[in-house]
Amino acid sequence: MSGTAATLGTRSRTHPAGPRPWRLSPARLGIYLFLGAAAVFFLVPIWIMVATALKTMPEIRGGSVLLPPSALDPTAWLNAWSTACIGLECAGIRVGFWNSVQIVVPSVVLAVALGAVNGYCLSFWRFRGADTLFALMLFGIFIPYQIFVFPLIGITARLGLYGKLPGVVLVHVVFAMPIMTLMFRNYFATLPIEIFKAARVDGAGFWRIFTSIMMPMAKPIIVVAVIWQATASWNDYLLGLVFAGREHLPMTAQLNLLVSAEMGAHEYNVDMAATLQTALVPLVIYFVSGKWFARGIAAGAVKG
Amino acid sequence: MAATKIETRGLSVAFKDFAALSSVDLAIGEGEFLVLLGPSGCGKSTLLNAIAGLIEPSAGEVWIAGRNVTWAEPKDRGLAMVFQSYALYPAMDVYGNLAFSLRVAGMKKAEVDARVRHAASMLELEPLLRRRPSELSGGQRQRVAIGRSLVRQVDIFLFDEPLSNLDAQLRAELRVEIKQLHLKLRNTTVYVTHDQVEALSLADRIAVMRGGVVQQLADPDTVYRKPANRFVASFLGSPPMNFVAGALTRDAGRVALRVDGAVVPLVRSPLEVELGEGRALSLGIRPEDILIGDDAAACDFRWDSDVALRESLGSETLLWCSLAGARVAIKSPARLAAHVGDRVPLGFSSERISLFDARTEERV
Repeated sequence: MSGTAATLGTRSRTHPAGPRPWRLSPARLGIYLFLGAAAVFFLVPIWIMVATALKTMPEIRGGSVLLPPSALDPTAWLNAWSTACIGLECAGIRVGFWNSVQIVVPSVVLAVALGAVNGYCLSFWRFRGADTLFALMLFGIFIPYQIFVFPLIGITARLGLYGKLPGVVLVHVVFAMPIMTLMFRNYFATLPIEIFKAARVDGAGFWRIFTSIMMPMAKPIIVVAVIWQATASWNDYLLGLVFAGREHLPMTAQLNLLVSAEMGAHEYNVDMAATLQTALVPLVIYFVSGKWFARGIAAGAVKG
Repeated sequence: MAATKIETRGLSVAFKDFAALSSVDLAIGEGEFLVLLGPSGCGKSTLLNAIAGLIEPSAGEVWIAGRNVTWAEPKDRGLAMVFQSYALYPAMDVYGNLAFSLRVAGMKKAEVDARVRHAASMLELEPLLRRRPSELSGGQRQRVAIGRSLVRQVDIFLFDEPLSNLDAQLRAELRVEIKQLHLKLRNTTVYVTHDQVEALSLADRIAVMRGGVVQQLADPDTVYRKPANRFVASFLGSPPMNFVAGALTRDAGRVALRVDGAVVPLVRSPLEVELGEGRALSLGIRPEDILIGDDAAACDFRWDSDVALRESLGSETLLWCSLAGARVAIKSPARLAAHVGDRVPLGFSSERISLFDARTEERV
């Protein structure tokens, strides 16, 4: 076998059409080892979670965490979803799931819509001080949002929104504004200004140009923004815990209550199943939209 | 000239500290085809955008059809515009692009359709109505852009370097089409270009611009034959006008120009009155106005020169010779082939020359 490879290798020097010589150099071996180790590093925790979630408690206690489940037992999955006790309520993680959906959907729609208008305005309807305003918004990206939590509690309380669904949505939208505006402004900045001018000469106004001309052109960046905001607000823990109130705790906060409960014996299989269920939404978003996401970023969306 | 359609009064545009346009006064007649010509950065596009209402002036006024429209929205000025990058709406098909302005105006569907089809037939766009801009060639795209202006049925067309993105052959074709369209519709047209061929062939009048200032505003022949200053003289023509430095003198009682030993007689009379002896001037002569060989015999200024370089341009030949130490280009018919190193008799007649003040560079 190695002999064949060698002869093919020598031939390929005179005939470029031949196959490339196969050589396993130490450097290449090192690369493969590193890649393999990295893959194991990321995959082992996922494997443990999936496997544990499908085991029964006796099996978990008896064997290694790395062993595959002896039989595929969905009990823990169903328990985690609909009957596991979180605090005093035993309705499973699904309560948190629906709470999260109620928080994420409006905050994505509002954040993307407002970010698009902001970016459109800052790119095309440039007013005095537009650059300063944009710089201030960018500055907002770099401030850790924990700093704002306390004053925001005061503001939402005064608005009568503290501990309510609209309150947590508002907070999400406010924190998303800098990054959403940045994405849309930078995207619109890559579009030829002449299209905007042509639309103005054609008689279209601020909103007509926005809806008829700019939004259809902004599809790639809308996809990126939706994914970004959906993932960020789904994965959020702090804002949901602080602002949503007991009735509307998002899935992440419910999950924490479930996993860190100190009462009774821990059902690891249920914990793992609930965790996977919580992580599933962003995962599905990435799998479904990965191609669009990459395309949107490649379209000059989030430069710098 | 017909009634004034567009007028700018002391129009200035400044970007921060940079004056893109300095107090431009321009009156464009009804149905006139005016070309704004100049190198990039001369303010010609800025002027067009200011007329369209897409750039706010920092001073001055814009009047259209007797109305002060300085602060009017672009759509309220009764004009249409065609852009260099075509600026088609990529998410709409050709029909949508043509119909957009009419739909915005809230026009009835049947009339929108009638106007779109009329414009499409004029520009031979009918088979393309359902295509997206990305599925069109450059020439087709620019036709759609022109069609978008046609459907609005306004009497002013503004063109911002509409042919610059096209290859040479298409450019020549569309140039003819634009000219024919103008002859048919007689819209008042302002056309921005840096291409002198487009300017000379399309314009009723040309405004040559530099540094935000109109250098000369005249019909193509005057701009070419009697440039107002050295800049205009050297911007038009390919190769540009030849310049030779000289000083005013008197030769046997007649006004003449001494250029490094040789003396060029000047026949124009006003000079005798206005100019003092010894005044430094520069003499400009177009390459095609220098005659060669037997043709030169009848000229009132003649000299001999070696041919330093010879370029064949197909229909004619370009010879590089020298006059009083300056390099001069001569366009000669291909049949009068001289070769590098030949000594040839050259000449021009003095009514063909332009004279510029050496210091101010203005025409005298």
